[in-house]
Amino acid sequence: MNPTQEYLKLITRRQFFRDCGTGLGTLALASLLNPELFGSGTGAPAPADPTLPRPPHFAPKAKHVIYLHMAGAPSQLDLFDYKPRLNELDGQRVPESLIQGERFAFIKGVPRVLGSPHRFARHGRSGQEISSVLPHLAEIADDICIVRSMRTDQFNHAPAQLFVHTGSPRLGRPSMGSWISYGLGSECRDLPGFVVLVSGKNGPDGGTSLWGSGFLPTVHQGVPLRSKGDPVLFLSNPDGMDRALRRQTLDTLEILNRETFQRVGDPEIVTRIAQFEMAYRMQASVPELMDLSREPAAIHEMYGSEPGKSGFANNCLLARRLVEKGVRFVQLYHWGWDSHGDMKENDLRYGFVDRCRETDRPAAALVKDLKQRGLLDSTLVIWGGEFGRTPMNEARNKDGWIGRDHHPHAFSIWMAGGGIRPGITWGATDELGYFVTENPVHVHDLQATILHCLGLDHTRLTYRFQGRDFRLTDVHGEVVKGILA
Amino acid sequence: MKDCRLWRVVAVLALAGELAGADFTRDIAPVLTTRCSECHGPDQQKAGLRLDSRAAALQGGKSGKPALVPGRPEQSELFRRVTTTDRDEAMPPKGDRLRPEQIAALKAWIEAGADWPENDPRRHWAFIPPQRPEPPAVKNRRWVRNPIDAFVLARLEREGLHPSPPADRVTLIRRLSLDLIGLPPTPAEVDAFLADPAPDAYERLVERLLASPHYGEKWGRHWLDAARYADTNGYEKDQPRTIWPYRDWVIHAFNRDLPFDQFTIDQLAGDLLPDATDDQVIATGFLRNSMYNEEGGVDPEQFRVDAIVDRVDTIGKAFLGLTLACAQCHSHKYDPISQREYYRFFAFLNNDDEPDFEVLTPEQRAKRRALLEEAAALEREALRADPALPARLAAWEDAARTAPGHWTVLKPDDWHGQPGVKLELMSDHSLIALAHNPGEATYVVTFRPGLSNLTALRLEAIPHPNQRAGGPGRSENGNFVLSELTVTLATHRDDESLERRVPLRRATASFEQPGFPVAAAIDGTVTNRTGWAIDAGPHRRGQPQQAVFELAEPLTVPTNLVLRLKLEHKYGGAHVLGRFRIAVTTDSPPAPADPVPPAVRALLAKPREARSEAEQLAIFRHYRTTDTNLAALNARIDALFKDWPTGPRTLVLTNRVEDRRITRIFARGDFKRPTEPVTPGFPEVLLPARALAARSTGVDREVPGGGLEAGEPGREAGSGPATRLDLARWIVSPENPLTARVIMNRVWQVYFGEGLVRTPEDFGTRADPPTHPELLDWLATEFVQRGWSLKAMHRLIVTSATYRQSSRLTPELRERDPYNRLLARAARFRVEAETVRDIALAASGLLSLKIGGPSIFPPIPDGVLSLGYGAPMEWKVSPGEDKYRRGLYVFWKRTVPYPSLLVFDAPNADFGCVRRVRSNTPLQALTTLNDAVFHEAAQALALRVVREGGPTERARAVYAFRRCTCRRPSAPELEALLRFVAEQRAYFEDRTAAAVRVAAADPANPPADVNLHAVAAWTLAARVLLNLDETLTRE
Repeated sequence: MNPTQEYLKLITRRQFFRDCGTGLGTLALASLLNPELFGSGTGAPAPADPTLPRPPHFAPKAKHVIYLHMAGAPSQLDLFDYKPRLNELDGQRVPESLIQGERFAFIKGVPRVLGSPHRFARHGRSGQEISSVLPHLAEIADDICIVRSMRTDQFNHAPAQLFVHTGSPRLGRPSMGSWISYGLGSECRDLPGFVVLVSGKNGPDGGTSLWGSGFLPTVHQGVPLRSKGDPVLFLSNPDGMDRALRRQTLDTLEILNRETFQRVGDPEIVTRIAQFEMAYRMQASVPELMDLSREPAAIHEMYGSEPGKSGFANNCLLARRLVEKGVRFVQLYHWGWDSHGDMKENDLRYGFVDRCRETDRPAAALVKDLKQRGLLDSTLVIWGGEFGRTPMNEARNKDGWIGRDHHPHAFSIWMAGGGIRPGITWGATDELGYFVTENPVHVHDLQATILHCLGLDHTRLTYRFQGRDFRLTDVHGEVVKGILA
Repeated sequence: MKDCRLWRVVAVLALAGELAGADFTRDIAPVLTTRCSECHGPDQQKAGLRLDSRAAALQGGKSGKPALVPGRPEQSELFRRVTTTDRDEAMPPKGDRLRPEQIAALKAWIEAGADWPENDPRRHWAFIPPQRPEPPAVKNRRWVRNPIDAFVLARLEREGLHPSPPADRVTLIRRLSLDLIGLPPTPAEVDAFLADPAPDAYERLVERLLASPHYGEKWGRHWLDAARYADTNGYEKDQPRTIWPYRDWVIHAFNRDLPFDQFTIDQLAGDLLPDATDDQVIATGFLRNSMYNEEGGVDPEQFRVDAIVDRVDTIGKAFLGLTLACAQCHSHKYDPISQREYYRFFAFLNNDDEPDFEVLTPEQRAKRRALLEEAAALEREALRADPALPARLAAWEDAARTAPGHWTVLKPDDWHGQPGVKLELMSDHSLIALAHNPGEATYVVTFRPGLSNLTALRLEAIPHPNQRAGGPGRSENGNFVLSELTVTLATHRDDESLERRVPLRRATASFEQPGFPVAAAIDGTVTNRTGWAIDAGPHRRGQPQQAVFELAEPLTVPTNLVLRLKLEHKYGGAHVLGRFRIAVTTDSPPAPADPVPPAVRALLAKPREARSEAEQLAIFRHYRTTDTNLAALNARIDALFKDWPTGPRTLVLTNRVEDRRITRIFARGDFKRPTEPVTPGFPEVLLPARALAARSTGVDREVPGGGLEAGEPGREAGSGPATRLDLARWIVSPENPLTARVIMNRVWQVYFGEGLVRTPEDFGTRADPPTHPELLDWLATEFVQRGWSLKAMHRLIVTSATYRQSSRLTPELRERDPYNRLLARAARFRVEAETVRDIALAASGLLSLKIGGPSIFPPIPDGVLSLGYGAPMEWKVSPGEDKYRRGLYVFWKRTVPYPSLLVFDAPNADFGCVRRVRSNTPLQALTTLNDAVFHEAAQALALRVVREGGPTERARAVYAFRRCTCRRPSAPELEALLRFVAEQRAYFEDRTAAAVRVAAADPANPPADVNLHAVAAWTLAARVLLNLDETLTRE
């Protein structure tokens, strides 16, 4: 039951509407139950709860999304896009013609080819090629779809991350989770519909704008669940105050707000009362959600998670719990994939391998766990960064560390679950992995496809702002039909 | 008048709901513009076909077949192409086919005669200058207090509605206070107003509030939304910036009621005004509020262009109500603004530098003058005291008249900066570093000099306005430390393995900072300790300097080799060269670095008798530093300058002098695809007919050299390139149809929750027409007539009967006009984010009313700042009263905005915002219940209640209720509150420890003069009251 209905039941019980005059009460009731009744294209505030569930454009495959963003952009050439030619040419200068007119973030002059220090093998019945640094993912090769032909327009972190998550490299546009919350509403009445979990040494480069609601109502913005302090900002009561006191406070608050409603008749007051009730429920539901101690040991073993700790493994387990609760969009960020090779931490043989170790087991466990619970069919899981990395060694300081610079022309991601064909590799790149040669998937195409899996037509999910109908996919995007189940 | 009637009809129709059947504007135009006009519109006409007017569609394209045959879908080529199954003929050729309902609508529309309203956008109401309407006649003349009411009432009477009764006096004073100064009235102010029997009590209250210095804070904050004010640069690094002096300027501009036309001119072009004051320069910070990307590896040009795009967008929104940004990639689809016109507008803003400007108080300025006077007096005294000195000076002048040596500036062949620093080549062959500014950096520059017998290299460090503090270095004060210069010969510009080191023998510099001699730059050690630096103290910063490096032996660069310089900066703190240039000489022996500053050298070039006394003294000022006999004088003057006052540096704009840019149209808005050049100019649709007539007689659309045509507002033909000042003057020209309307609409929006035009950012053809078009035009013309005085307009609006109505939503009004378009009642809405904070602090008595100055840092929950990238910025909670200052002073970090304001819909400042959304969420409830700031307010309020609220709980309850809502509680409210307090008293009676924790901000030192059980109970009651819908609402 949604909070408005719940609230209305509550106030009906208290014979609220008998007191406040039938005309007004019925009208307020009608507007609360039917968000379209007073809907308007002119930007006037609709008095209804904008988070109520709304029907999709067509029958969806997925109802939930878990997006595992690997901030910093992992090297596709060392994980998914095996290029033996790079190892043959290792250390040779690339032809100048290849880099003519190219802009690099850090590479200077004519760089040299860098072979992968990691081995690749085929896995599963599908025979997907996966690097040796992802042994757990290799176990679920038949459950995932690897896209090797991703492309983007941006090659600096912040703009590129914004591009992936908002469809625009500039700040100020709504993020994908916000669009989906706006399009589908939320089915979970004691948790936000769009939740963000951040791990790693740093937050993502794009900052909180990555889960901002832009010009959409702020009720659609992502809510970060924090691993330290209050999981949701200001969730805990001030010191010395228990839940019973809080209940009494809210009851008195409600009595007084009801008096005001009777006097002035503003339906916003009814909404506000409902929001205080939702806040009260969140105070119970969120700590319960965050408490991983009741998960069985086998599950912790599977994810590599540990109650009371923070990190990507715990966040993957939390993501599953959130989806179980009905949360629509769960966004994870894990930082540290910016493998320039300018120091050991960013070397493809060291820091990069550490990142793989931190993320491989939990990400694979998440897919396995969703599958064993029958949730994978209705949950779309996406793993990927904001761009790719160059086939050339950056060699910034010429000090022997190896790494790759930012590369917008080709990168790899994987997807699993809700609506995606498992066990396939989609698209291909040239022999150096420099350009996409087959079935290119632009960032806007990926966004269109994610929306499609949720039953949303990306050209119809629009919001009028400044005289224009905005979309997540701007004026671009084609659904990648070849990877749909 | 005819137009006004028409709009009335349209507005009524809009209210009445949607029409049946296919409507061109609603159903057809969107299909044509989104699916057809890219290839068949103003920019492109594939197959000779245009589908942006009925005439063109009737005519058809090259095929000769009409695209449209009214009444006959089957004969209309347009309809056939969108329905055909023949793949070669199907339209649109890309993307999905049209949806069935779109096709059905097209069919119905053509069948019904293909009505295509001839919507000449020039006739769009907003593009026609407002004509002053007469206030209409009304029946209930007694209700009308001023013309505003006549317009509102005439409409209500037509609709058969009555205005609401006036609000009660408590509501009125709270409404007025919140609207005019953003603060609730104190109980004493409420009492005084209630007790004032004078007929003009209300008007005097208005005057008092308009004269309050807090008026500028409230209305300044609205403007700061549009100005996208923030305290950081945005993007990944999101470094702090200093631009609060601009915020101060805004606050004070509102307080002194700076006429809005001047307010506009100062912000867009204050620096270009003759005899610009410091204030007018600071005002240009309006444009500098753009974001700035300092992420490693970025192309500075990409984000410079983005900043200009942002400025165009901001001006469009803030002044013109136009979505200009739509025309960045292609001609505007709905409004008559071509892509070319977009870039002509862009060109006004494309030739600026972006310095930081030192802000001094008048006292500091006087102090500087005094110090200079004192130094000059000492210098004059020295010249008088030593009879031999003038002769020594003259001899030095003769010797120093020409710069030493013969130098040839080299043009770099290749260059790069690490890590991720992008150097740009300027026309004088210097290289400048912009955007990413790492603590340490290394530059490598390669030359093909084609010179032989080189004996020395010269490195010039050159200031530039775009560097911090003006350069020449990139540290906070414009300094750099060159840790090491290495010169090599190499076979390839990128091969370090085949390098040969070129030994350097000796180095000289124009100036060496004590402890940082230039010799340290060639000492072979690359550490963070040694190097060449140039800071000469706060009164002599921003000067060019140079160093000369002598080669150990003459060098001839073989034709197959290149000369490479590596400049390493390891000191940290961005002590890195900002702009530099390399020259060589074949002089043997080479001259040392020229110690004479260029400014002095320019004076030396003048004949002595032509110099003024001040000029001669300036020469002496340099000379004395070279004369060892004058050590005592130099020491005295250096000591004086230890007191040289310095101020914060705020971001401003100045006209670009060097390397002026040519603006080009960017294909698809992509800065990497510049096409034809354009000169600055205004969108044609907004120009008065006179200017267009003048234009149509000319052959050229633009005057060579960038001048605007004769007849354009404020310009004479041939008066030089158009500037931001022309732009600003055009925006506030009385002939501009938009500005006054747009501003009045936004003022109206603050008072009535919604503008007369519901989309304040968009007055274009796609926007809903105004609800009261005549009222909007009357306000706009009145605004201009009253000398663009905002205070005059505020006075007018808040003294109207319309404003003074009750905001109660009766069942009748709920049914007839749920969105209050007809204004039969006042608006009721939750206050803005900053006011949510201010009310809590004011009610509790914690609020500090200090005005202006740097941003403040209230408590912020742990971990919030680490949500952004990089190490969390330092957030040191402001001490003392600063912690309790108003919301508009809270430090605004773009990537991690202060959560308690953001959650209440404060705009994130990435872009200009002229309409805040008003959401109502559970996170808001958590914030006002549990955020430390609000809890502290509850504790403080409780303490006041217990100390000052009276002897009985009943008196205290009334006191507390009034401090939050201004009014007395009703009987049921009072009872509910007293019951709650009694319950809490009972609860805490035997829980003293819990009571202390709840009641005391510092439980270790609880207040001793009060009953803490009572304070604890009242703290909980205060939380209830501070969270009341009514407390957070302006009624």
